[in-house]
Amino acid sequence: MSTNVVTFTIDGVEIKSAPDKTIIQAADDAGIYIPRLCYLKDLPPGGHCRVCTVKVNGRPVNSCTYPVAEGIVVENDIEELNSFRRNIIEMLFVEGNHFCPSCEVAGKCELQALAYRLGLLTPQMPYLYAQKELDATHPDVYLDRNRCVLCGRCVRASIHLDKKNVFGFENRGINMKISVNSNDGLQDTNLSKEDKAMSVCPTGCLVVKRQGYLTPVGKRLYDKKPIGSEIETKKVKS
Amino acid sequence: MTHHYREQIKNIASKYGNDRGYLMNIAHDIVNEFGYISDEMVSNLADVLNLPVVQVRDMISFYAFFPRKPLGKNVIRLCNAVIERMKGADEVGKAFEKALGISFGETTKDNLFTLLHTPCIGLSDQAPSALINKIPLTNLKPADVPQIISELKAGKDVSDLPQARVQLNLKKEGEVICAPLDSGTALRNALNMKPEEVIGEINKSRLRGRGGAGFPTAMKWDFCRKQKSPIRYLICNADEGEPGTFKDRVILTEYPDLVFEGMTIAGYAIGAKEGIMYLRGEYAYLLENLEKVLAKRRHLGLLGEHICGREDFNFDIRIQLGAGAYVCGEESALIESAEGKRGAPRDRPPFPVQKGYKGEPTSVNNVETLCCAARILEKGGEWFSKIGTKDSTGTKMLSVSGDCEHPGVYEVEYGITIENLLELVGAKDTQAVQVGGASGKCVAPKDFGRRISFEDLPTGGSIMIFGKNRDLLECMYQFVEFFVEESCGWCVPCRAGTTLLEKKFRQILDGKGTAQSLAELRRIAQTVKSMSRCGLGQTSANPVLTTIYDFADLYAEKIKEENGKLLTFDLQKAMKVGIEASGRTKEGVK
Amino acid sequence: MSKPVIATAHFTGCFGCHMSILDIDERILDLVELVEFNKSPINDIKNFTKPVDIGIIEGGISNDENAEILMEFRKHCKILVAIGACALTGGVPSMRNLVPLKECLEEAYLNGPTVKSENTGIIPNDPDIPVLLDRVYPCHEVVKIDYFLPGCPPSADTIWNALVALLKGEPLNLDYELIKYD
Repeated sequence: MSTNVVTFTIDGVEIKSAPDKTIIQAADDAGIYIPRLCYLKDLPPGGHCRVCTVKVNGRPVNSCTYPVAEGIVVENDIEELNSFRRNIIEMLFVEGNHFCPSCEVAGKCELQALAYRLGLLTPQMPYLYAQKELDATHPDVYLDRNRCVLCGRCVRASIHLDKKNVFGFENRGINMKISVNSNDGLQDTNLSKEDKAMSVCPTGCLVVKRQGYLTPVGKRLYDKKPIGSEIETKKVKS
Repeated sequence: MTHHYREQIKNIASKYGNDRGYLMNIAHDIVNEFGYISDEMVSNLADVLNLPVVQVRDMISFYAFFPRKPLGKNVIRLCNAVIERMKGADEVGKAFEKALGISFGETTKDNLFTLLHTPCIGLSDQAPSALINKIPLTNLKPADVPQIISELKAGKDVSDLPQARVQLNLKKEGEVICAPLDSGTALRNALNMKPEEVIGEINKSRLRGRGGAGFPTAMKWDFCRKQKSPIRYLICNADEGEPGTFKDRVILTEYPDLVFEGMTIAGYAIGAKEGIMYLRGEYAYLLENLEKVLAKRRHLGLLGEHICGREDFNFDIRIQLGAGAYVCGEESALIESAEGKRGAPRDRPPFPVQKGYKGEPTSVNNVETLCCAARILEKGGEWFSKIGTKDSTGTKMLSVSGDCEHPGVYEVEYGITIENLLELVGAKDTQAVQVGGASGKCVAPKDFGRRISFEDLPTGGSIMIFGKNRDLLECMYQFVEFFVEESCGWCVPCRAGTTLLEKKFRQILDGKGTAQSLAELRRIAQTVKSMSRCGLGQTSANPVLTTIYDFADLYAEKIKEENGKLLTFDLQKAMKVGIEASGRTKEGVK
Repeated sequence: MSKPVIATAHFTGCFGCHMSILDIDERILDLVELVEFNKSPINDIKNFTKPVDIGIIEGGISNDENAEILMEFRKHCKILVAIGACALTGGVPSMRNLVPLKECLEEAYLNGPTVKSENTGIIPNDPDIPVLLDRVYPCHEVVKIDYFLPGCPPSADTIWNALVALLKGEPLNLDYELIKYD
């Protein structure tokens, strides 16, 4: 056996992977979908959402940061974890102000798609109805914090892919929010609507203006197939 | 005005070599200078340090002690920790509000006073307490308040007030921490050994980390030492923020030499040249004396270049002051903070011993652990290993507060039962004992035979005693409130979960809960515990989870019969605004 | 054996969910065979005349009348099923929850750009008009709800499948495509 390969199992399925991968990377390569919200393949992991939590040898760990190792036993698609994941998605729905029926990203929203996949019929935790700021100062884009899940994708994409520093965090705890690199809103930053940071938002928080509702209902990304199908189809092929 | 800021901010930053790694210190200096850090100052600072303004704001906005709006000349921070409230902090708070004519969160019109609440400041044994301009006031009584205010108005120094007095309150001296030390003895013993042998001696003692998690100290040092890196760091965690803990206050006041000796030994053992003591912002009043002790040790050749004449051993210590964030007691958050960033914990692996401060291998050890290490090098690992129990060797400094006759710090052998401890501190008719602070466990009388030890009831040192007349669930609720305040916000289960837990818990305590509410409370609590990123989140549901079974009766009393109608919905209240806004007079008229 | 009794109600929303019920097309003939309708806007029966097995409710709770009728439904129905985004979350009407009610009313009736001229508008206060609540509540924050069907509106298939499962006492398993929030 080559030392450049580690072998382990996810839900009993044997996986071979390069040793420098994280669990979620190895799972993706093998066509096994681990639900995730803040993780994105081309970005360093953020560890915010905890949706990708799996159990390694019985202990919950974050699969987007945890490295693979020889012989580990990973549990992923089990009801215990899926119900915790569903609860996290539910928390996000009541923490923010999400109005799916009128939102222009409904149907391709990853928060919504995760709720569908995990079988969340409706949030029942108490709504917080928090006041969130909307920044529409930029000519081409707007930032609607009502829909923000604080996944930090825009923060990381702006730094690592766009080589800018448009976004960051502000405050702590339940008051934490996305902030921008100026004292006068997005208009005073060097954000462009072509930036990678603009395309990574999983919800409708960061949106290009004058582009809503382009895809008809029924033909949107998650109308027919659950989120994660794109990864799982790889498994069928191999 | 802008120029005025700019010049001074420039001067402050240049004092620290315009190094962003010193952002905490720079921010402290700016607050000391101007009283707050405005958006404009943040921009100026970002310019000076050549950083994006969003990154500087990110860091500044995280800490409670970096206000972003102007505060009064005197900032009164009244502690509202659980024990403080049991001892009358609410009444003292009312007296302050009355004397100043303002509510909490407000500043007087003459800009002389701002009144704020603050979580535990490490004075639960002499509660109610407050910090006024960083100076601690203890044993406050409502009747003291008018005089305090009038004296401050008259220009008296806070430290000259009669209440500005912290008692040591060391109630029981043990043989490890509280024994006399001849400075340098332990260090010289260590330097006569190879670093590996020092670690071997610690290993012989079976010393485990005193912060609560109990990781074997020798193993941590060994991991750190074995990392392939020319630079390593030693950090002393003096950020004791766990509600009801104050043993480090006593150690840092009475035995600072022992701590620094332990740090120096650890530095030698792991191969570090630089040590950092991360001191919680609430203990700023201890800073002056600690710096004096450091200077003395440098003078004696126990710190700095060529320690004890050893050509090959240089080691120095700097003190990093925190700024009011409980989560920074978590080692990776502490490291982020010491690097001048928001105190958000990191995901592990990599562990700090692999990649810690500035990305280099770092050993983070508790104040008390380092004291033990020094004593072990003085008296030997074998001597130490004979104290305590098999899996918990040595002694433990316990901070005891609440309903007992003699609150204070006790150095006891590991293995003491709760029952014996209660007897020692003079506690009678005890309803419950909170072991390990807000994040610890609420122990019921049926378990008072259990022992303080890693194998049974581990604790970082906090012991809070609740007498039989206390509303226990209200106390637990206040712990949950504390976690809402102190969650760093990085991960969803802790950020949103603690707030939702608080809301749900409140509904139940207000008598508006149903059986379903209780199930919901449990569902939220389990999610927060299992899915959160760091120890704060993982333990923040403990006030609920450690009482919901052992004190099930208390919850049952609160739950009302369910008939489909929800008591959380109050129709008359919900109609009030609509009636007023439309100018109707009679409620619900149709 | 008597047929199971169904009642339906509409609160604050657009009536789209009731339209979706009617959208079951010819299956409505099967439905009439299977169940008996009591209080409902579909048959215009105004008051409960007997105990109801399944109450189906659409819309969020935005005024005192909504709340009282919902409580009445809870009292008369063994099982309550909330359908559609408004009943489940408050829906589009609950967008007002982010603005204090007083400001909403003043904008609509006193200060808004469509108000004719200054100082002529009044906030409606006729005793016959229900009183608006401080915010729009999802139904489950007012009474206990037994089942939820999301959608804006839920599709006719969603409603049909759910109803049949309930009537037959079978577990409710909806296909992926039938669970939507919009």
